[in-house]
Amino acid sequence: MQSDIKRLSLILLFAPFALWIVLLIILPHLGMVVLSLREKVAPRVYEFGFGNYIDFINEPIYWNTLLRTGSMSILVTILALLIGFPIAYYIAKIAGRRSRGALFLLCLIPLWVSDLIRAFGWILLLRETGVFSSFLQWSGMVSEPIEFLYNDITVVMGLVYTVILFMIVPLVSTLDGMDDAMVEAGYNLGGNGFTVLRRIIVPYAMPGIVSGCIVVFMMTAGSYLTPILLGGKNSSWFTEQIYDQFITRFNWESGAAFGFLLLAFTSLVVWLGLKLSGQTLANTVAKS
Amino acid sequence: MTNAQDYDLECTNLMKHFGAVRAVDDVSFNIPKGSFFSILGPSGCGKTTLMRMIAGFENPTAGDIHIKGNSVLNTPPNKRNVKMVFQHLALFPMMNVYDNIAYGLKCNGASASEIKTKVRDVLERIALPDVAKREIHQLSGGQKQRIAIARCMVLDPDVLLLDEPLGALDLKLREAMKIELKLLQHQFNTTFIYITHDQSEALVMSDHVAIMNNGKFEQIGRPEDLYHKPDTAFVAGFVGDSNRWNGNVIAMDDKQIKVETDTGLAMVCKRNPNDGLSDGDAVNIFVRPEFIAAKKTRTKSSKDTKNTMDGTVDSILFNGANSRVLVRSDNGQLIEADIVVTGGASDLRSGDAVNMSWAHAQTMCFADKGEFDAK
Repeated sequence: MQSDIKRLSLILLFAPFALWIVLLIILPHLGMVVLSLREKVAPRVYEFGFGNYIDFINEPIYWNTLLRTGSMSILVTILALLIGFPIAYYIAKIAGRRSRGALFLLCLIPLWVSDLIRAFGWILLLRETGVFSSFLQWSGMVSEPIEFLYNDITVVMGLVYTVILFMIVPLVSTLDGMDDAMVEAGYNLGGNGFTVLRRIIVPYAMPGIVSGCIVVFMMTAGSYLTPILLGGKNSSWFTEQIYDQFITRFNWESGAAFGFLLLAFTSLVVWLGLKLSGQTLANTVAKS
Repeated sequence: MTNAQDYDLECTNLMKHFGAVRAVDDVSFNIPKGSFFSILGPSGCGKTTLMRMIAGFENPTAGDIHIKGNSVLNTPPNKRNVKMVFQHLALFPMMNVYDNIAYGLKCNGASASEIKTKVRDVLERIALPDVAKREIHQLSGGQKQRIAIARCMVLDPDVLLLDEPLGALDLKLREAMKIELKLLQHQFNTTFIYITHDQSEALVMSDHVAIMNNGKFEQIGRPEDLYHKPDTAFVAGFVGDSNRWNGNVIAMDDKQIKVETDTGLAMVCKRNPNDGLSDGDAVNIFVRPEFIAAKKTRTKSSKDTKNTMDGTVDSILFNGANSRVLVRSDNGQLIEADIVVTGGASDLRSGDAVNMSWAHAQTMCFADKGEFDAK
């Protein structure tokens, strides 16, 4: 009797989660797998086959776009880590108890505005008739308007700005758990600032670094709004290819295949990153 | 400074102010080579600040610190040959035991083979030769303690600072580690400076103890001197247990002081030379429980070398050889005295009328500086 009640409550508690996972994640993905493995042989006639994947391999522009998206995402991840680490260290270790909450809130506030609005904010600043260009003309530093939008640097900067919070949060939570005495012990035993950073702080923060990097990399590689709005047609982001296949060319089979290729590629990069840093998912993402 | 080489550490007129707070206030002391020196004081007395200044994590407001005769004020913490065992040990959890001990040697640029020999040697000296490959979380509390000491000792420091390292251990282990620390100190023959608020740790292990209160040293001395010949009321009250009365001086000569307590009791106290007392001064009077003899018989002691008091047994605090009796004196005050509980018929029972007596020489008397008013 007692165990029946326990089991029932477990099932009830577990049900929403299971429904969410099965109906919204697993089933659509299975549908996409099936879709991606259909080849169009004639109007409304399909055959099972790997044709969509073979098309991807045979067309350099497709896999070049994927590689470009991957390498730029890695660049964004590295930049977010380099910029986010000192900020996280300051919030967790140097800032006083009271200012810590305020600083953390300052990092969170931009999240209250949607990605779209923030991207348009950048556009207002950076376009040919935007704030920066007008200011430079007004101050006489340049004679004609400059277009800051639609180049890779702007895309990378916009992406770093969008995702850096997801780097800072796990870093702050790991660094917060580090005893100050550990850093002092590092100095006391003869280490200089660089040794302490390299041998004590970074290894200690490794779970946070890895989980931040995974989240940021996945978000960047899968982002659509920022590269399109700030990079325009030149951005050649892989998500744009997927969108094109689905919406513009109405080729769902090919779009589904591309979607899976993106998933496989990012998973591969994350797996490589975990192998190289000697971490596991269990002690990084699952922890923070 | 003369004989500078005889001292591992000298602090002169050391001060540290945080705003208006004087955390360390004009402290001077010398620590001879190879001795075990403890700084004992209540929480917040400034002992941790003092130690952090020696380690280099805080800069003194004024004063100087000499290690082996050289001033280290302008030496950053990582260049001082003073190593520290932290309160929670601060072992590096992401490294194994070997790497923890090797860390300092690597920072000093030692060669791989040298590191290997030194780590093996130090692990043997702390009697843990087989733990090199273990992770920190696999060690027991006592083992972690010894690894933390080994991590410092492998660098052959001039002075080893220990910041209440036994605080996190359970009672049994703490007792065992006290003896072990003392043995390790003998074995390494390095100067240990041990910071604690636990007087039994300080008294058991140290060659010399400094009692610190409100940023100042009240007294520096051997443990038995602090216990039997305290200089100030604070030391008498802080070190060991004691019964305390407040009173006033009514008469005095070179050797003895006659006082009357606030409750109207007359007592004769041993006189401390240079105590600066005069007739009518407010004083604190201390008597240790082990010097009070509590007897059932209500016969007045005839000897005039003793103070006496009558009372009723309130309760017996049985604790084996350290048993105590709480006696309520006739004017209502509770007094503690050591007794022997044999389990026989002659033992004191709650409600018994008793007579207490103690020698004049064991009655200590100090000028009242108001330290005990709040209690």
